[in-house]
Amino acid sequence: MLTAIGIIFLAAALAPTLNRLFPSFAHWLLALAPAGGFVWFAGQFATVVGGQPVAESWKWVPALGVELAFRLDGLSLLFALLITGIGTLIVLYSGGYLRGHRHEGRFLFFIMAFMGAMLGLVLADDIISLFVFWELTSVTSFLLIGFNHADARSRRSALQALLVTGGGGMALLAGLILLGTAGGAGSLSEIAAKGMDLTTHGLYLPILALLVLAAFTKSAQVPFHFWLPNAMDAPTPVSAYLHSATMVKAGIYLLARLSPMLGGTDIWFWTLTGFGALTAFWGGAMALRATDLKKILAYTTLMALGTLTMLVGLGTDYAIRGFAAFLLAHSLYKGALFMGAGSVDHGSGTREVGELSGLFRAMPVTGVFIALAALSMSGLPPFLGFIGKELIYEGLLTTDRPVWPVLVASVLANATMLGAAGLVFVKPFLGAPSKAAAHAHEGGVTLWLGPALLASLGLLLGLYPAVLDGLLGQVAASVRGEPLAVELHLWHGLTPALGLSAITVALGIGFYLALRPLTAGLAGLERATRFDADKGWDHILNGLDALARAVTGQLQGGVMTRYMAIIFTAMLLLLGSTLWFRQALVLPATDLGGQWVGLLLGIMMLVGTAGALRARSRLGAITALSINGLSVAMFFIAYGAPDVGITQLMVETLTAIILVLVLARLPALPKGPDRKPQAAFLHGILALGLGGVVTAILLAIIALPLPMTLSQFFGDTSYLEAYGRNVVNVILVDFRGFDTLGEITVVASAGLGVLALLKARYARPKAKPQTGPQTGEAA
Amino acid sequence: MDSLILRTATRLLLTLMILFSIFILWRGHNEPGGGFVGGLICAVAFALHALAFGVKEMKRLLVVDPRSLLGGGLLLGILSGFFAGPGGDPFMTARWIIFKDATGAKALALGTPVLFDIGVYLVVVGALLAMVQALMEED
Repeated sequence: MLTAIGIIFLAAALAPTLNRLFPSFAHWLLALAPAGGFVWFAGQFATVVGGQPVAESWKWVPALGVELAFRLDGLSLLFALLITGIGTLIVLYSGGYLRGHRHEGRFLFFIMAFMGAMLGLVLADDIISLFVFWELTSVTSFLLIGFNHADARSRRSALQALLVTGGGGMALLAGLILLGTAGGAGSLSEIAAKGMDLTTHGLYLPILALLVLAAFTKSAQVPFHFWLPNAMDAPTPVSAYLHSATMVKAGIYLLARLSPMLGGTDIWFWTLTGFGALTAFWGGAMALRATDLKKILAYTTLMALGTLTMLVGLGTDYAIRGFAAFLLAHSLYKGALFMGAGSVDHGSGTREVGELSGLFRAMPVTGVFIALAALSMSGLPPFLGFIGKELIYEGLLTTDRPVWPVLVASVLANATMLGAAGLVFVKPFLGAPSKAAAHAHEGGVTLWLGPALLASLGLLLGLYPAVLDGLLGQVAASVRGEPLAVELHLWHGLTPALGLSAITVALGIGFYLALRPLTAGLAGLERATRFDADKGWDHILNGLDALARAVTGQLQGGVMTRYMAIIFTAMLLLLGSTLWFRQALVLPATDLGGQWVGLLLGIMMLVGTAGALRARSRLGAITALSINGLSVAMFFIAYGAPDVGITQLMVETLTAIILVLVLARLPALPKGPDRKPQAAFLHGILALGLGGVVTAILLAIIALPLPMTLSQFFGDTSYLEAYGRNVVNVILVDFRGFDTLGEITVVASAGLGVLALLKARYARPKAKPQTGPQTGEAA
Repeated sequence: MDSLILRTATRLLLTLMILFSIFILWRGHNEPGGGFVGGLICAVAFALHALAFGVKEMKRLLVVDPRSLLGGGLLLGILSGFFAGPGGDPFMTARWIIFKDATGAKALALGTPVLFDIGVYLVVVGALLAMVQALMEED
């Protein structure tokens, strides 16, 4: 499994290069990666359906018990097959859709990287791995939504999606860590296997709240639904892949995965069913009102996501079976519809339903497959969508809790799917050809291959649902936590669910016919609500901006002395109070024991300090301070630390050189006192206080008995194990080499940072004109 | 800065200081010294040269961009850690090659910490000279 993920990531990395080398068929080559993955996962079918999950794990951070652990059970297998299968088609489709686009390679890179992340997410068993892949999907999704980054609306939508789902990611991390603590294990399967009753654990509510928050943001449940329709600014392959079949289902996946551990309580039931039904109803209603083909589909996706959340919440046998069937049905028809909508856009130049009509003659192939997918979405027999819908109703009818509002919402939502299906097929394809339809044309094979396969599968699987029994049974078992058989039939007999289906169909046709008055009513509803979510989002961001500006304005005034005053005051107070409260104040020994070298150096430092205080120019102050620095270096050399001493000497020298270079550019100090007497007084107090505190700390440290074990160890092993007699250097480059690596990285960053800041000054238009070619070359 | 004394002294000192810095780097494992100090000395040498002859001369003398030194040093430091990999030891475990003289006593020990120390040396030189160069180019 790691291999599959690795190969897809590798293909992602190669995508831009391949695209540059073979612009005409790079997407066919790239599609081999997910296709290979699909074949491998299909090869595991028998094992997994036999009830035997496939597991792999590698040590990642052994010290923290973090593993790169993967586990393939029914739920993961279904998702993995969808991700790699639809992924293959999407890569092909992208190649056709973006043919000749300047950044086609970049796009393929993003979408393949997303694919790898998503695959990792559904396979991960370890909670940290799960989190990492989850965040990776958020990041790649951000890149994909903002693909048309020249467009301000795309940027806004991308940022919105990132912040909403990224915020959920934070909740996920916290929730998973709490779950790991409460469950006493680092992997989901171990926590589940322990079988402890987490629902009575003290941390149950926080865990549930955090994880549900993560799932709701990712899967765009009310009240976080607003980012999904906005995400339609992404190119169509992205909408077809991320925002219908895969990423938005990550939240659903999480809920399904957790349902054996956290499910079954009242709060779980009502949160999930309530918000799920609300989202489903809301999405369905808004789908009728939308006029852009992709927005319509986005809203129907909200409906599907809401329904899936609701089904996980219901948790009855039928609900779980319905979950499995509907998950598959939705991925198939929605992928096909999105790709079909993209083809319509590609062929006719518009996605506005109002401008489309009579397309069928110009685009017969796309038309047929959109029709098939739309029928599946409507939940009509003999399509897979019908079977899914029947099971949803069975699930709602078999729970013993009073769910009739949910039932009503669900029937209405399903009915809107018929209306939406009419909007995406009947309206654009049938009737007299419109102006846009006149010049419409079919795309290449890559554009209709995807919709064709997915839509036909929706029909075939509807006709022969028995082939799914094994896989969906294992999906249901994963969600339930114990075996649960699934038997799909097109004909269930005359059941109440069938009655509800009939009502749904009648309502749906009514919705479509009465679309005009309905949309007017819905417009009012939208003004009252959804608009607010989006606007509210802007308000939150503006508020944050204002807060950040206020804080920055207070702290970053640009006056060096103030920064230093703040830093030193904080040091003084924190260190001083710690010393005081820990009662660590130690009086120095008065007997200096004839250490005349130290005494002499001390006196020199006092002289240097006095000189710096009295200096009337910056250069004078620096020179006086170097006396201090050199005296310190002498201290080191005199008292047995030659390495540190030499380094100190060199640093002093370089500091002097660099300061001189800087000072040459600063204006001369103003004549007379440079600040008010009060400020000078305050600064004096601060300086004396800080000096006193640091001295007290040093005295306290000296008073402690010096533990010799480390020195002993380094002294003993330095030559024998590291072949060096200079213990200081051996520690630096060998024993503690990793620290040094970090330090030189800091040195390097500091050097580059200074360079960048200085260069940035040149780049300003006001900077004086450059002499010679040197600077241009260096910049 | 145009000073005959500084120029003459720098001409004499530059080579000596660079050699000394390499000496310090090399002996660092057994006597006081090491990559950090060595790098500082080398950087001081070049900075002196820049003060005496101007930054253009220094760049000519240095041949490579300080940023390349910096990046190369960091890379060398990181790469030296990967020698541990084939033996299955943690990152940065030292690897040594011991040369022995005729009597069988250890004559020379070369190891990945030496490589790492050279990396430190280069990073220090690169970072400091990048700063010095940027500051002096402002005129």
